[in-house]
Amino acid sequence: MAATDPMLDSGADFRTRLQNWLPKIVLAPSFAVMVIFVYGFIAFTIYLSFTGSRMLPSFDLVGWQNYERLFRVRQWDTAIINLGIFAGLYIVISTIIGLMLAIFLDQKIRGEGFLRPIFLYPMALSFIVTGTAWKWFLDPAIGLEVTMQRWGWTSFEFDWIKDSDMAIYTIVIAAVWQSSGFVMAMFLAGLRGIDNEILKAAQMDGASNFQMYRRIILPQLRPAFLSAFVILSHLAIKSYDLVVAMTDGGPGTSTWLPALFMYEYTFTRNQMGIGAASAVIMLMTIAAIMVPYLYAELREQK
Amino acid sequence: MAIASSDTAIRSSNWTRTLIYLVLLLFALFYLLPLFIMVVNSLKPLSEITEGGMIALPNEWTIQPWLSAWSTAQIGVEPTGLRPYFINSIAMAVPAVAISTIAGALNGYVLTKWHFRGATWIFGLLLFSCFIPFQIVLIPMARILGILNISGTTYGLILVHVVYGIGFSTLYFRNYYAAFPTELVRAAQIDGAGFFQIFWRIMLPSSGPIIAVCCIWQFTNIWNDFLFGASFASGDAAPMTVALNNLVNSSTGERPYNVHFAGAIMAAGPTLLVYIVAGRYFVRGLMAGSVKG
Repeated sequence: MAATDPMLDSGADFRTRLQNWLPKIVLAPSFAVMVIFVYGFIAFTIYLSFTGSRMLPSFDLVGWQNYERLFRVRQWDTAIINLGIFAGLYIVISTIIGLMLAIFLDQKIRGEGFLRPIFLYPMALSFIVTGTAWKWFLDPAIGLEVTMQRWGWTSFEFDWIKDSDMAIYTIVIAAVWQSSGFVMAMFLAGLRGIDNEILKAAQMDGASNFQMYRRIILPQLRPAFLSAFVILSHLAIKSYDLVVAMTDGGPGTSTWLPALFMYEYTFTRNQMGIGAASAVIMLMTIAAIMVPYLYAELREQK
Repeated sequence: MAIASSDTAIRSSNWTRTLIYLVLLLFALFYLLPLFIMVVNSLKPLSEITEGGMIALPNEWTIQPWLSAWSTAQIGVEPTGLRPYFINSIAMAVPAVAISTIAGALNGYVLTKWHFRGATWIFGLLLFSCFIPFQIVLIPMARILGILNISGTTYGLILVHVVYGIGFSTLYFRNYYAAFPTELVRAAQIDGAGFFQIFWRIMLPSSGPIIAVCCIWQFTNIWNDFLFGASFASGDAAPMTVALNNLVNSSTGERPYNVHFAGAIMAAGPTLLVYIVAGRYFVRGLMAGSVKG
């Protein structure tokens, strides 16, 4: 902060004082917006989750009732189990594919500049667009299944999107398609940051390729693994658009995720208290991952 | 993304290299497949799709689906096509991107060059706000928009996107300005330059790349948003993503798949264009969005 000069006359003194306050004044609107629209709203939703709100917010406290009911609702069970399946597969598969592509792309590949943008462009598309494309491609009536059959493989079957046990996996396919290229970019940046003098030395010592990756390269990619995990889990918990576009939660309620549950209960089924409780659980889950991560990042930066 | 020349290439036989190329090409096909399907099917008559020829090139090329998606398709109740919603999305995204970027630049400047107590805390709070699930603010936001009498309008959506965009734009500019030499700011201060003069004359002229990154990130996020659009602006003020979803999921009778695909490309067009034109900055934005990268 600029030091105030006591020798200045009072007019200039006012200007200096203004200059001293200006940074805070400039930051104030954003700060106010954040306090109200983020933390105030979070507090409000948490409060609502303890009220008997239905179609409109009400302010009569009912204790933990909404949470107790939430965990007894069958659709919430479905949503949680689906989130487990979806998030688990989505994170693991995206990481594996991303890592593999990054390692492969890092082998002095001709045409890397051509392949990289192809792997990454899905990230620029909205989940609604992605969902639309995959929805029709996986639709057995017009998409992959009937095409394969027309090509002569008459016993070919792929109707997961219409099958309530399998539909959640089609969401995984589309989500992996969307994000794995981005994970690749993160790993590629990590790989390019590794000092290859160490690798050369290890090679001289006769380390096998497998040993090099296992002992030297992969351990050095730890930050990239961590970032990928944090971002993918955050995306998975928030996932809403893709499900809406691909299956709209169906068949039945078989592809509900917590985000869809929250929306349905709050705005369609007029169970705002339960909806708010589900949103609080989502926030807690994300906070449990993000807060330690951000804390570590910020400490490191200082 | 900073791509240095140092790679981790290992000794490998011709056989392994062939395999690597094969896998990379297969994945390229996998990533291109949906785009291919969208483009190809938006250019063929409906009958070719319903007969099960989704992966084939059109026998008969037609732009009719595009015309229909743009100006006559049924979106909800009105046969308006996607055009008005495309305009909604532009009218929403442009001001929201501009305002949140300006706010982010000023915040980043204050947080890095004008240290005061609690600045790290404020930044930490802003940073966490980037990662909240938006479901947690939907109910109160709906109330506030109602009270302000802008629910269901583009203005409402602009407000929402600015509010929840500030965290990220501040993050970008803060990280960028943190590396900017503070001595220059000090020197200018000694020469009598004020707060805004320093920002305007010294910080901004060197902020080109980060402005690009921030605008691209915000534009992509705001254009692609569905949750806020569906919650706060259904009907006439709906953005493109909501309109596309309505087109695809609410049409009755025989589904005009070719029109759906044409609409999907229209919804994807602007962000795809940004990616093609400024891919470098887009990737840098993604990576910065991963906090460290």
